[in-house]
Amino acid sequence: MSVQQFRLPDVGEGLTEAEIVTWRVAPGDPVGLNDILVDIETAKAVVELPSPYAGVVDRLLAEEGQTVEVGSPIIAIRTGGDADAAPDAASPPAEEPAEEPAEERTAVLVGYGVSAQARTRRPRRATPSVRPAEPARRPHTSRPPVLTKPPLRKLAKDLGVELADVRGSGPGGRITRQDLLDHTTGPAPVAEHRSDERLPVRGVRKATAAAMVASAFTAPHVTEFLTVDMTGTVEFVDRLKQDPSFQGIKVSPLLVASLALLDAIRRHPDVNARWDEENQEIVRFADVNLGIAAATPRGLLVPNVKAAQTLPVRDLAVALNELAATAREGRTRPADLAGGTVTITNIGVFGVDAGTPILNPGEAAILCLGALRRMPWVVDEQVVPRWTVQLSLSFDHRLVDGELGSRVLAHVGRFLEDPLWGLALR
Amino acid sequence: MTTVDLADPPVTNPFTGTTDLPRAAEGWTQLVTPDGRLHPDVDVDRDALGRLTRDLYRGMRLARRLDDEAFALQRQGELGLWLQCRGQEAAQVGSVAAVRADDYVFPSYREHAAALWRGIGPADLLRQWRGVAHSGWDPEPYSFHIYTLVLAAQLLHATGYALGVQRDGSDTVVVTYFGDGAASEGDASEAMNIAAVNAAPMVFFCQNNQWAISTPTASQTRTPIHRRGAGFGLRSEWVDGNDVLAVYAVTSAVTEHARAGAGPAIVEATTYRMGGHSTSDDPTRYRTDDELEAWRARDPLARVEALMRAEGWSDETFLGQIQAEADELADRTRRECLALTAPDLADAFATVLSDVPQLLREERDAFVAYRGSFLD
Repeated sequence: MSVQQFRLPDVGEGLTEAEIVTWRVAPGDPVGLNDILVDIETAKAVVELPSPYAGVVDRLLAEEGQTVEVGSPIIAIRTGGDADAAPDAASPPAEEPAEEPAEERTAVLVGYGVSAQARTRRPRRATPSVRPAEPARRPHTSRPPVLTKPPLRKLAKDLGVELADVRGSGPGGRITRQDLLDHTTGPAPVAEHRSDERLPVRGVRKATAAAMVASAFTAPHVTEFLTVDMTGTVEFVDRLKQDPSFQGIKVSPLLVASLALLDAIRRHPDVNARWDEENQEIVRFADVNLGIAAATPRGLLVPNVKAAQTLPVRDLAVALNELAATAREGRTRPADLAGGTVTITNIGVFGVDAGTPILNPGEAAILCLGALRRMPWVVDEQVVPRWTVQLSLSFDHRLVDGELGSRVLAHVGRFLEDPLWGLALR
Repeated sequence: MTTVDLADPPVTNPFTGTTDLPRAAEGWTQLVTPDGRLHPDVDVDRDALGRLTRDLYRGMRLARRLDDEAFALQRQGELGLWLQCRGQEAAQVGSVAAVRADDYVFPSYREHAAALWRGIGPADLLRQWRGVAHSGWDPEPYSFHIYTLVLAAQLLHATGYALGVQRDGSDTVVVTYFGDGAASEGDASEAMNIAAVNAAPMVFFCQNNQWAISTPTASQTRTPIHRRGAGFGLRSEWVDGNDVLAVYAVTSAVTEHARAGAGPAIVEATTYRMGGHSTSDDPTRYRTDDELEAWRARDPLARVEALMRAEGWSDETFLGQIQAEADELADRTRRECLALTAPDLADAFATVLSDVPQLLREERDAFVAYRGSFLD
């Protein structure tokens, strides 16, 4: 019995590869000469390949969907005497044609057809020379010279690898970089066939991208940072939670941060504004429509609480709760998204400390809350554990100067450190 | 095992002296309908017609088998390229059988059935496509020129050859094959014009197979190709190219017309290329399955099989014998193909000039020495 391999031919004048579309045969199937084995798809066409051998399919060497290089074996067919014998499932699959006949070139495929081996430069005979023949450098070496490139010889030396021990997989047994690395680390796991996924950009993603590009490339952003002791806020939140009038209302540091920002805006109304490029004016908003950035099933949305500065604390808490619930359910109305004047983004819920947020287009400031953390803090010259948070505030430097931005951020920090102070002074 | 005799079979022309050949509703000459019925007006010796039909059928059958095997060999990587003649066997065999064995043929590149009829064997037909030679055979013994890949160039070669024949005073007729695509080349018009002006002994045989690679005939020409003959002053014929007897009868008539010195002729044989333009082509991208099915119903071999059955010209023995010959030819085609090896490049120097000059000899010696400097 002998096993013949059928190598992927170039069926279209200069193709280099093809995809296996459908196998028409399976191991154990008898095949006749010119029976169709497989459909392949080349760059030019879907083509049927007929069998060059009569016998029994031994193994399929390529899978459907796989892209195969011209010249690679795709199927092994047992021919001759006991070709009819069923394939022995128990026996290990014949490894690559043990007797890969170097002389397979008898039936060599020519022209554009498949060549079993890549062409390599042929070794030259010693040039006939008038000089007396020099003794061969390494007369006793039975191994053939190692073929590889100079940088790899250097690499092998650096790695302490004897090149003669490395099995070359390149043309003519040439050692490739991968061969060398495999030799030192063992072969890399066979990479699965993975391809990049391409997702259409539409809906919220598209709107977000457009808004962020518009904002980032029109408003010169400045971001400032401040780390504050949140212990007062945490205690304040606990008190509200226990207050009967806040029964059933979710209270969080976000509520306090909202109150802090509203108070800062009350003191520094210039930060609740926008740059009107067309009219070369600064528009100071009458109301604070407080936007809260929310990760929703539809993507990033920034619904806002209208005229938030007019709301008592309890009403603001309810409004923020509703905003969040509606957004989570994906039912945010367009009106909730329009007309925002300032934004808070709470990336702390994702466990990170700070960011450099990009302004919601048409607004002058955005406050970013980091994660609430227990951290060592100096109180009365003592290092004690406290709740801390990192704040960052981005503002549009066209209309908000560093002084104003700093005052706003400092006030927010002060408020969060002592909410009662903040509320009492309101 | 039988050995297929590829020698040009002696054929007696039952149509000699027949002037009016029947036409089908389409307007073309047709002796046998697609379902295999002989036209009632065909009034010739039935025995002779039966013998001719069987010979032509054999030629077509062998050609198709060789064509199929070569196609498979290409798909197995043994040929770089192949251009199938499937579907055009009647046009080729009917025409080549109708001319004398010494009438000189200038083919295009798809005339495998005509070449096989002339005795050109599989190795010669395949070597060019396996990439081991620039051309396949010595034209002289077969009076069959090598394939020409340059579109319509062979029409000029043929015309020049015919003018030479004319000046030699020989009674040889020159036949050239071309397609509907080549008909659009300027060379085609030039050749037809000069042949007509000189009353060259020529037959311009156009196999209109409907497709010039992916360009349909309708995009090539407003008037049927055979009607151009009138403009050049050629005798013009239009024949059902899938009716081998009609092709034979028409080609016989125009060849004898040209041989008698009455001038060249153009024959348009309407046929169909059942395969792709070449093995590199995917015809499903530009033509419909319906079209292919319609032409499959007009298959030239099936038509002859039906005719022979109806007329009692074939039996199991005959068909079995042809089948055995076809199988043997397929086997031989594969064997000869795989045995074709690359030529010795040093031979290239010997075929440039008949009298090899000193410089070329030196270059050959230098090449041989250089090649000899390798270990393997």
